[in-house]
Amino acid sequence: MTEKLQIRGGRVMDPAQGVDEVTDLFIADGVVQALGKAPDGFTPDLLLEAKGCVVTPGFVDLSARLREPGLEHKATIRSESMAAVAGGITTLVIPPDTLPVVDTPAVVQWIFDRAKAQGFVRLHPVGALTRGLKGQDLSEMSALKAAGCRAVSNAHHPVANTLVLRRSLEYAASHDLLVIVRPEDPDLKDGGCAHEGPVSARMGLKGIPYAAETVAVAQVLALIEQTGARVHFAQISSARAMRSIWRAQEKGFKVTADVAIHQLHLTEEALEGFDAAFHLSPPLRTKEDLEALRVAVKEGVIGSVCSDHQPHEPDAKLDAFPATEPGMAGLETLLPLTLALVREGVMTLPRAIQSLTQSPAEVLGLSAGTLAPGSLADITIFDPLGEWILQDSTWRSLGGNTPYWGKTLKGRVTKTLLEGRVVFDLNFGEAI
Amino acid sequence: MMAKKDTLQRDPDGKLRHFLTVEGLDRAFLELIMDTADSFASVTEQTVKKVPLLRGKTIVNLFFETSTRTRTTFELAAKRLSADVLNVNIATSATTKGESLLDTIRNIEAMHVDMFVVRHAQSGAAHFIARHVAPHISVINAGDGRHAHPTQAMLDVYTIRKHKGDFHHLKVAIVGDILHSRVARSEIEALKTLGAKEIRVVGPRTLIPADIQSLGVSVFHDLTEGLQGVDVVIMLRLQRERMNGAFIPSEHEYYASFGLTETRLEKAAPDVMVMHPGPINRGVEIDSKVADGERSVILQQVSHGIAIRMAVMSMAMHHEGVGGAA
Repeated sequence: MTEKLQIRGGRVMDPAQGVDEVTDLFIADGVVQALGKAPDGFTPDLLLEAKGCVVTPGFVDLSARLREPGLEHKATIRSESMAAVAGGITTLVIPPDTLPVVDTPAVVQWIFDRAKAQGFVRLHPVGALTRGLKGQDLSEMSALKAAGCRAVSNAHHPVANTLVLRRSLEYAASHDLLVIVRPEDPDLKDGGCAHEGPVSARMGLKGIPYAAETVAVAQVLALIEQTGARVHFAQISSARAMRSIWRAQEKGFKVTADVAIHQLHLTEEALEGFDAAFHLSPPLRTKEDLEALRVAVKEGVIGSVCSDHQPHEPDAKLDAFPATEPGMAGLETLLPLTLALVREGVMTLPRAIQSLTQSPAEVLGLSAGTLAPGSLADITIFDPLGEWILQDSTWRSLGGNTPYWGKTLKGRVTKTLLEGRVVFDLNFGEAI
Repeated sequence: MMAKKDTLQRDPDGKLRHFLTVEGLDRAFLELIMDTADSFASVTEQTVKKVPLLRGKTIVNLFFETSTRTRTTFELAAKRLSADVLNVNIATSATTKGESLLDTIRNIEAMHVDMFVVRHAQSGAAHFIARHVAPHISVINAGDGRHAHPTQAMLDVYTIRKHKGDFHHLKVAIVGDILHSRVARSEIEALKTLGAKEIRVVGPRTLIPADIQSLGVSVFHDLTEGLQGVDVVIMLRLQRERMNGAFIPSEHEYYASFGLTETRLEKAAPDVMVMHPGPINRGVEIDSKVADGERSVILQQVSHGIAIRMAVMSMAMHHEGVGGAA
């Protein structure tokens, strides 16, 4: 293995340090040593040319389902890890809704072992907030924390009982665990499959009202006030919920939020024609929501952008729209879709990179997401102008459920490093 | 990126391949359907009630939801066009054994059929099937979830045209459970395309979809106001399961607020037509005196259903349409 590494001539961008300059990066023993000037006596064993490319910390994705254990017909840890590094993502936060659910230390350990055996991406399994995600009994959070979980969540299974929700927030707070909440009132959702608005009215699709999200956010905010829990709101889809979070932040609540990248590009109009690729949870909403969410990311109210990666087998999308499974595979489109926002003038490149690195790392208190000397050298090198066509030969996820199939995307990862080791190289595929 | 409805149901020359929704079809096309239905109306009155237009063709009535009226009128229409008809009732068949929708379609397709008439509980099912069938097969939507029931809408506007001639002066009220109604959605599209002066939807807020105004209708929550001066009243069936879903408190209260009675009908235009897609719930959404009264055209709707369905099936099978050699 290479001991000393120099990444030469790239535009090094590390928002955590406020760095944005064309310079060199020096790495030894998997750790960033210096930026700009080589440390005394540094002779690189390997020189990586990064001219014309952007060099950033490896991306941290706050929500990616790898489907293993239990749902290997959809995807595996190996397949999706390969997709992740091809997309420049080196840290994946994975929701607990596997089979079995991540509600025992054994499952956490199994996932860590599996990740280690593959060895090219960092996994952070989120523990279940309630046992079996059933919303009835608390999970053994202390044990989950000891096993390595930094956060707990009930994922797409909102806790319907408010008392259970209160107690689980209190209990998580007493163990200093972050609670990740995908806010959605299950009764108001009522089996809906599309945003409740003009498009669902016309197409006769059962609607998910704004209130499903705003009621859930309001409920959790009220409980935070009582319990002092640390909460991160995941995959916000509406301007209204975003504004509630914003107001809470202004009042001093320590709440953070993320948004799925596709929510910043697509609206309910995409459902026209009943294409199941656009059946998503939370649903695509309106142009006004999209615009407001874009501003919220720019301003940092929504700190992080995630892929909300949900790979499916083809059959999952082969049925009448409401009967299909929601979600899209998004690891490999996260970067090009984020760069598209920069090109559209929504935000600067440093802010965009921050939303993929520093901000999500801070949510979980991870040391990742920066290139500061002493940090583990998880690094992404990408060509911001590199065009590629999303097709079989370029796509690595086992989930082919992306509406961008066949599209030309701009922004291509050329190399991904994990602890100074090249785990993805565009010219060679994965260097495992 | 995705198949637009209109390119799915019409080929590039504008000819009908499938009949999935009224949406996206222009006025001339809807009139062509009605004119074609007119030409078939006489067939029903002959001693030999058959024309050989679809002789040798096999039509499959694929019903994933139970139906009597729609299925039998489709069957009759197909038989009068001399097609062979196969009725497959999936509600009690394969899918309950775990077969996927696509597998069901593939299996029946393998029997060398020419047309599917599909009813399904999920919105978008007809589009899904149309997108996946072999190119020579036509799909006719006989009702998909809450989305569309285009032949019902066509037979309704056909019935209106028979009585009123032109649509431009017409005020039409659609009353009842708009939220769950594919009939209402298709009627709104058809009436809009044909140029109706005003389309009203009337019902309690719980049964009116959010943002329905975006379809170009006005909303009323009071039946008496909603009926003021209308030329056509279309009553919708209230399904009994709506009482359990906290949509309305009771049939009794619903009838008291939204039941169509002779007294309420006096607010409408003197020559108002009363319509209902059936089956009717007497004493729930409509009083028997109105349902059986002289303004009711409910049974004519059923007869017209056969002519409209003959028209649509023959047009889809022969790829007919406006603006080219059929």
